[in-house]
Amino acid sequence: MVSPEWVSTARTGQAQLPPPLPGLDPAWSRIVEVPGADGRPRRWHVLDSAPEASPGQPTLLCLHGNPTWSYLWRRMLPAAPAGWRVVAPDQLGMGYSERLDAPSALADRVRQLGELTAALRITGPVVTLAHDWGGIISLGWALEHREQVRGIVLTNTAVHQPADSRPPALIRLAHLPGVRELVCVRTPVFLRGATALSWPPLHRGVRAAFAAPYAGAARRRAIGEFVADIPFVADHPSHPALQAISTGIAGWQVPALLLWGPRDPVFGEQYLRDLRTRLPLADLHRYPAASHLLPEDASRYAEDVADWLGALDIAGLADQPPPVPRTESAPVWQRLVERAASTPDQTAIAEVGGAGISWAELDRRVRDTAAALVAGGVAPGQRVALLVPPSIELTVALYAGWRAGAVVVVADKGLGLRGMGRALRGAALDHVIGSAQGLAAAAAMRLPGRRWLAGPATGAHRLALGGLGGLVELPAAGTRVVGTRPLPVVAGADPAAVVFTSGATGPAKGVFYLHHQVQAQLRVVREVYRLTEGDRIVAGFAPFALLGPALGVGSAVPAIDVTRPATLTAAALADAVLAIDASVVFASPAALRTVAGTAGSLRPGQRSALGRVRLLMSAGAPVALPLLRQLAALLPAAELHTPYGMTEVLPVTDVSLPELERAGTGDGVCVGRPVAGVEIEIAALDELGQDVGKRSAEPGVVGEICVRAEHAKHRYDALWATERASSRDAGWHRTGDVGQLDADGRLWVQGRRQHLITAAGGLVTPVGLEQRITGVDGIAAAAVVGVGPAGTQQIVAVVVPARSRRGAGSIPGRLAVLGRLPVPSRPLSRRRAVVAGIELADAVRAAVDVPVAAVLVAAALPVDIRHAAKVDRSAVASWAEKVLAGRA
Amino acid sequence: MRVLLTGAGGMLGRATARALLAEGVALTVLQRRPSGLGCREVLADVADPLAVRQAAAGQHAVLHLAAKVDVVGPWGEYERTNVGGTRAVIAACHDNRVPVLVHVSTPAVAHAGRALVGAGAGPADPSRARGHYARSKALAELLALGADSPELAVLAVRPHLVWGPGDTQLVAPVVHRAGTGRLPLIGSGAALVDTTYVDNAVDALLAALRRCPDVHGQALVVSNGEPRPVAEILSRVCRAAGVPGPRGRVPFPVANAAGAVIETVWTGLGRRSTPPLNRFLAEQLATAHWFDQRHTREVLRWRPRVSLADGFSRLAEHYAAASGHISD
Repeated sequence: MVSPEWVSTARTGQAQLPPPLPGLDPAWSRIVEVPGADGRPRRWHVLDSAPEASPGQPTLLCLHGNPTWSYLWRRMLPAAPAGWRVVAPDQLGMGYSERLDAPSALADRVRQLGELTAALRITGPVVTLAHDWGGIISLGWALEHREQVRGIVLTNTAVHQPADSRPPALIRLAHLPGVRELVCVRTPVFLRGATALSWPPLHRGVRAAFAAPYAGAARRRAIGEFVADIPFVADHPSHPALQAISTGIAGWQVPALLLWGPRDPVFGEQYLRDLRTRLPLADLHRYPAASHLLPEDASRYAEDVADWLGALDIAGLADQPPPVPRTESAPVWQRLVERAASTPDQTAIAEVGGAGISWAELDRRVRDTAAALVAGGVAPGQRVALLVPPSIELTVALYAGWRAGAVVVVADKGLGLRGMGRALRGAALDHVIGSAQGLAAAAAMRLPGRRWLAGPATGAHRLALGGLGGLVELPAAGTRVVGTRPLPVVAGADPAAVVFTSGATGPAKGVFYLHHQVQAQLRVVREVYRLTEGDRIVAGFAPFALLGPALGVGSAVPAIDVTRPATLTAAALADAVLAIDASVVFASPAALRTVAGTAGSLRPGQRSALGRVRLLMSAGAPVALPLLRQLAALLPAAELHTPYGMTEVLPVTDVSLPELERAGTGDGVCVGRPVAGVEIEIAALDELGQDVGKRSAEPGVVGEICVRAEHAKHRYDALWATERASSRDAGWHRTGDVGQLDADGRLWVQGRRQHLITAAGGLVTPVGLEQRITGVDGIAAAAVVGVGPAGTQQIVAVVVPARSRRGAGSIPGRLAVLGRLPVPSRPLSRRRAVVAGIELADAVRAAVDVPVAAVLVAAALPVDIRHAAKVDRSAVASWAEKVLAGRA
Repeated sequence: MRVLLTGAGGMLGRATARALLAEGVALTVLQRRPSGLGCREVLADVADPLAVRQAAAGQHAVLHLAAKVDVVGPWGEYERTNVGGTRAVIAACHDNRVPVLVHVSTPAVAHAGRALVGAGAGPADPSRARGHYARSKALAELLALGADSPELAVLAVRPHLVWGPGDTQLVAPVVHRAGTGRLPLIGSGAALVDTTYVDNAVDALLAALRRCPDVHGQALVVSNGEPRPVAEILSRVCRAAGVPGPRGRVPFPVANAAGAVIETVWTGLGRRSTPPLNRFLAEQLATAHWFDQRHTREVLRWRPRVSLADGFSRLAEHYAAASGHISD
């Protein structure tokens, strides 16, 4: 409630305490009187988590921008680590601080902040945290208090206008004098606009709280003055101060954390790039959903800052993780070079129904292309995105990028176009190599970076793409590049690649690999599958099509769109096998389902070609035993193998069909034993799914699967907090998968950690239950999720009925109870939610040994695009939660 | 041990009385009509302070079940029986220095119409409780727990949707309507709802009598801890009774509006019979309400003995036996 006293003082220019507002503890607020330079005291409103703190206490100094106030930091105060004082002032003229008679320029604001910290006797270590135009002021303060500053945290801000770009359009607009007065001061348009950028929208009460101290034009004057003080042009009075600060921090070896909301329409990627070049030690975490008001949009930001502060505290004393044994080996293209010398004319890559390329030719094209990249400005360590469809061109571009010393960034269509754009925009690209289509997509995705055209293009293509400026064409097949510069030397510790997770549960994460890690991965793959020069691979799954040359093994790509693996028929596979007399087949489960389903149409010649394959490897998602048995019949000479792993470390384990048969059924999916060089331990969980702080290789312990291997990722890219969480056991990667080891050392995967069910009877993992439910006659697929509060969740089974002759999606008659059950047409439609009939519910309950509260029927389950296999149980759970809450 | 039980006329009261007698308790029951239980009996209105005080003389504990459970009728009747009756019981305990009072309440005292998902026993809130019954029971529970003191240990137990063979409140109306083909689902039928098989509720009340001196001064929701979608519960009740299951669907807003109209008409006509639908019922049938049972089980050291599945089998046996008698 707003008290009458408050209303009356709100109209004056004096500092005051804020009224009760959501999330703001009145105990934090204080008014501080600070002697000013002109001898006049100024009264500040300050949020202070520890007013009684000793002067030497570590302090987090938080500074808001325009047009917000310290309310922005309300979640930071309670989240700071123990022993830290959090101080968040309202700048003079803003929030609940005193209104000034004259505008404050940038230099004034920096000085005023210094006067405040002096008055508050903040003399100990300080980390600054700032947002928007608070960023430059906090940095100005930091430069004047270098001896105190232990770290810098910045969110969505800018300190310099890059020469090749224009200031944000919104700010430019607000800068027009007549407009500025109108939108910033006379009306609350700018004020309200700043809190309207978030999606989902901020709560009304929060928006009102941001506006609360700015009721009336008189109280908003400083908002307009602040905008006017943004020095866009060199003759602006504040320009020298801005220059001094932005150049002053350049190269400062201070720990820094950049928290970034990529949906900010004001501070775009160019400002982030600029900050990263100025602050070389900066950690970066991007919150994909966050917009300009990051502290509002990124619900975890305060915890992440606290984690970062905690890590700072122990900097220097921290236990270094025991190094993973590291083997220096030849560069990743070594085998390619060797084969070019030893078997120059043999086929390195065959495209069924298309061209092929010999080892010598491939090697030459890679070197020529690399030379062209270097000549065209690709420098070691720069990032090169590859937007080329799987083909020889892509293979050439990949190895050429590596030989040029670049970090290749590989995003596949499996992320969906939007997901791909989001991933690539966040990858700090310097160059984009694309096919004509790929470059058009790059433009549509608004990717930065120099454009390189790979592969054929028409004149119209060139014209259209050239219009984007500075298009360079890579040497086409058959052209020779002469007089090139030498290629850089690439070492094992150099960065190699950024690849992306499938994004099955949230936005795709970039995963950063060094060269020695890629080398280690190739070595493991060669050893586990005993690949030799005598082998030839058919790659029915895009990533494997790229690995052939590095493995030193010839490969063929079937005549299908390898980004749509389910289109691989048995005949297409057999033709690819025939084309190179293949001994090994790599494919995805989706492809193998189609292969098994179309085996009837094989001609005898195709059949016998498949009969000569010695190894079939299926990767990407678990494969059901019946499918493996079908494939074993189709490829009688082949050993069937399935590795387990993830984008962050692959492979972790491997299992063969006989091993799977021996393992029998259990709780979860058996994925076999760790491959050579991989250690697995299980981090035990309590009944609420929380870490108990004990990691071991003990059999029978259910917990998070932790992996240690040389070929595990270097780190996540631009996801500081995610990386910290995943590598919190030094030297180990937390997979996010839950499972257990059995007495024979086999690993069983039971689900994702975020999909654990915390029932009153204890922790429940979904995968084993889903397997058993899927075994019920008439059920094609199932997801098991929990609803309700943690610790007392109820178990819900969502089942997809097998399609029967009576039409797609109807439940087989013997299971129908309430007549013919209508099945929702869209996956997880709330309006048409269907409760299973008694027989179906009984059959499901009989199949499992846990109490199932409800059995719901869905038309389909939401799955990831890349593998079409990973069920998004979080989406299923939130749907079930809504459905079972009732009504409609 | 001597125990006074009020309200032995209903299914839960009668079953609890039998269980107490089986345990060798010297039992007195108090209700308006003869119970036929063959124990000491006081025939009286629970809101009659004198009668209740006399019945409570010399008791070691009072188990207060008597209540007016309905959806029609004027507020005064609910207030008299449920609030006045509880007041009389508390006064009787004080006057006779009875040390233990187990007050039987309902989760509806804390239900403001929102979905209850894994909820605990929130405080009774008469201002937000829906309908005369829930509001009067909320006031009664506040009175009862307000009387908790070192001299009188009070425990409020809230069994949720008690059902079983012979139930006239829940099972019989469902079976009756389904038998005449007039049992639609309200809303999606997916609302997850907790229920309590009568034997488990009885066990919980006996446990409450035992544990009251140690854990008094709180309210505990009691249920089977096996919530099910409403559609499944109704289907299983119907199947047990040998009648066809629910047929058709009424969207919740329609049912809610119809309930409001019916309430107005019933009140306007002064009818005393139970209306086919009201807003409370529409809401109960369309909104999730299930509870976190961990605290209750720990405090009472009680667990349901009869699973929902066994309960439905027993209900089916009951109906089979009943129809057998008819055909004889």
